[in-house]
Amino acid sequence: MAASRPNQLFRNMAAKIAAIPMIVTALVVFVGGTLWTVAYSFTKSRLLPKWDLVGLDQYERLWGTRRWLVSIENLFIYGVCMLVLSLVIGFILAALLDQKIRYESAFRTILLYPFALSFIVTGLVWQWILNPEFGVQNIVRSLGFESFTFDPLYNAKIAIYGILIAGLWQGSGLIMVLMLAGLRGIDQEIWKASRVDGIPAWKTYVFIIIPMMRPVFVTTLVIIASGIVKVYDLVVAQTSGGPGIATEMPAKYVYDYMFGGQNLGQGFAASTMMLLAVAVVIIPWAMLEFGGRKRGT
Amino acid sequence: MKAIRNAFWASTALCAATAVSATELEVTHWWTSGGEAAAVAEIAKAFDATGHTWVDGAIAGSGNTARPIMISRITGGDPMAATQFNHGRQAEELVEAGLMRDLTDIAKAQGWTEVVNPPSLLDSCTVDGKIYCAPINIHSWQWLWLSDKAYTEAGLEVPTNWDEFVAAAPALVEAGKVPLAMGQQGWQQKGAFDVLMIALLPNDIYLKVNRDKDAEVAAGPEVAKIFEAISIARDLSKDSNVQDWNQATNMVITGQAGGQIMGDWAQGEFAVAGLTAGEDYHCLPGLGSKEILTTGGDAFYFPVLKDEEESAAQAELAALMLEPAVQVAFNLKKGSLPVRGDVDLEAANDCMNKGLKILSGGDSLPDINQLISSDTRTQLEDLLVEFFADTSITPQEAQERFADIIADAD
Repeated sequence: MAASRPNQLFRNMAAKIAAIPMIVTALVVFVGGTLWTVAYSFTKSRLLPKWDLVGLDQYERLWGTRRWLVSIENLFIYGVCMLVLSLVIGFILAALLDQKIRYESAFRTILLYPFALSFIVTGLVWQWILNPEFGVQNIVRSLGFESFTFDPLYNAKIAIYGILIAGLWQGSGLIMVLMLAGLRGIDQEIWKASRVDGIPAWKTYVFIIIPMMRPVFVTTLVIIASGIVKVYDLVVAQTSGGPGIATEMPAKYVYDYMFGGQNLGQGFAASTMMLLAVAVVIIPWAMLEFGGRKRGT
Repeated sequence: MKAIRNAFWASTALCAATAVSATELEVTHWWTSGGEAAAVAEIAKAFDATGHTWVDGAIAGSGNTARPIMISRITGGDPMAATQFNHGRQAEELVEAGLMRDLTDIAKAQGWTEVVNPPSLLDSCTVDGKIYCAPINIHSWQWLWLSDKAYTEAGLEVPTNWDEFVAAAPALVEAGKVPLAMGQQGWQQKGAFDVLMIALLPNDIYLKVNRDKDAEVAAGPEVAKIFEAISIARDLSKDSNVQDWNQATNMVITGQAGGQIMGDWAQGEFAVAGLTAGEDYHCLPGLGSKEILTTGGDAFYFPVLKDEEESAAQAELAALMLEPAVQVAFNLKKGSLPVRGDVDLEAANDCMNKGLKILSGGDSLPDINQLISSDTRTQLEDLLVEFFADTSITPQEAQERFADIIADAD
């Protein structure tokens, strides 16, 4: 057995050669690009990258800018609400669909349809729905409730929730389908057993089914989280950051300063902070998930 | 079936034939509103008449949306044949990096230095003694557009300056109108701010703040007056929920709003709507308080291309843009003023004549884009868009932040 050890590197040669393009891409484009961006965030590059170091100036300016602070706060509100609500809504919808109802596939299609729309379309549709002159407010008022007011996109304090509604509407369908797939993966015998024991359905879900669906939840979490960090087009289409700067997002700050403001250094500093924020969440989770125990028992 | 196939062959052959004799040039710009599109079609028509083909690359949204797309195409190695920028510092670094074509020969042959008026337009195209862009029009920001319909319906006289405009506002509100139409976008609010600064203060304050970046003046008592004025503008425009400038202009056209502070490009919208200057609408250069205009505007830059045929066609296009006939046709539709002092705008309307008179009198200031960098502009727009949306920000607070930005500006 020991003699075969040195050959470890050459085992599965074909597979390893096939993976080389992907490995190179990952190293050069992702890792290389990331390092380059971080390095240039310490320069005062304007429209074009220039190696002209200024230390932490870009970061000082970034954290002294109100728009950036508002962006971070918005991302936090949007992120927490989106994560919790889309999981809850997605799971409840999936559990309801799992009751062996009639026309299940019709409901599933309807609920998944919003996901087929791009964020730009979603943003525009909800911009109209939430517009006080054409949308919900107008309809309710024309029914006779004259004083009804619902204009989240025009009120700076709650505008971010207007974005959240649109995001949930678009994303919940996908989460529901993922959850439904997870529920279908549960052995029917478990349901039979819990029924025999007389356990109520909600208890079965909370204490038996959900713990068994852990892998599905992890996947879903990663999908939702990556969607949250990169939220950009939805805001651009729905409010373009307004009213004022009430719905600005970090990704939009990066874009606006990198290209609109022709200040690459500032944009790089902001995107480095975004990377740092993601790393703070991902690294501890990855260590818990992969680090603690050996692979494959 | 055979007929279809023949038709197909014929059309392919036709395409091939035209491709040999003419060159297609893609031109990018952000002229997408009604008046603007009509104006750009005039240049396209003139260029197509030379046997080449104008491929229109209009990018919707404002310049703030379009410029990043243009810049990333140029820096990314996929340049268009020609692209619009505003005069001034927007393309500064692209020129320094050698990505833009030197137009000095064409300018010499056409005698641009003699005909372009005011000369500052050509100065902003010049880097190290070489000319890099073809100015095409002069735009000025300092206009207050007033709706006769709105004032008549409210039973008022049309105001003749900013103070009267502010005084007339309460009566307009009573008549159910919005006194000041304002799109909720930073560049429009920043524009209005600069207009107020130029119209209500002596010229040297504008230059000290924006050209010399004098933070003490920016924090001083005179600029404080402008922050008072802009907070009045905030109150007057609080019911104006539109985004794009032409939607705001439309409020003035339809009489829903009393007035709008917007550059002379708004005139194109009035013209498309069939309104007559002096009868259906009034315009006050310098807000009626001071006869002065800034001379910003649009210029075309020509990225360096490898293809020789395309480069030759580029040169033709550059020369064509300053030809008197094109200048007249384009600027009449656009509502802007021609860059040549020697063309005759017979068809110019009331408002354009007012502008021409001020320019020929020599009362002009450099445009804001010729003075501050895009970076500073973005910061100031962020400040003003927040100020307009959030009434809890006092003018004093806003001025402090304004002075900080000016102190850091380059």
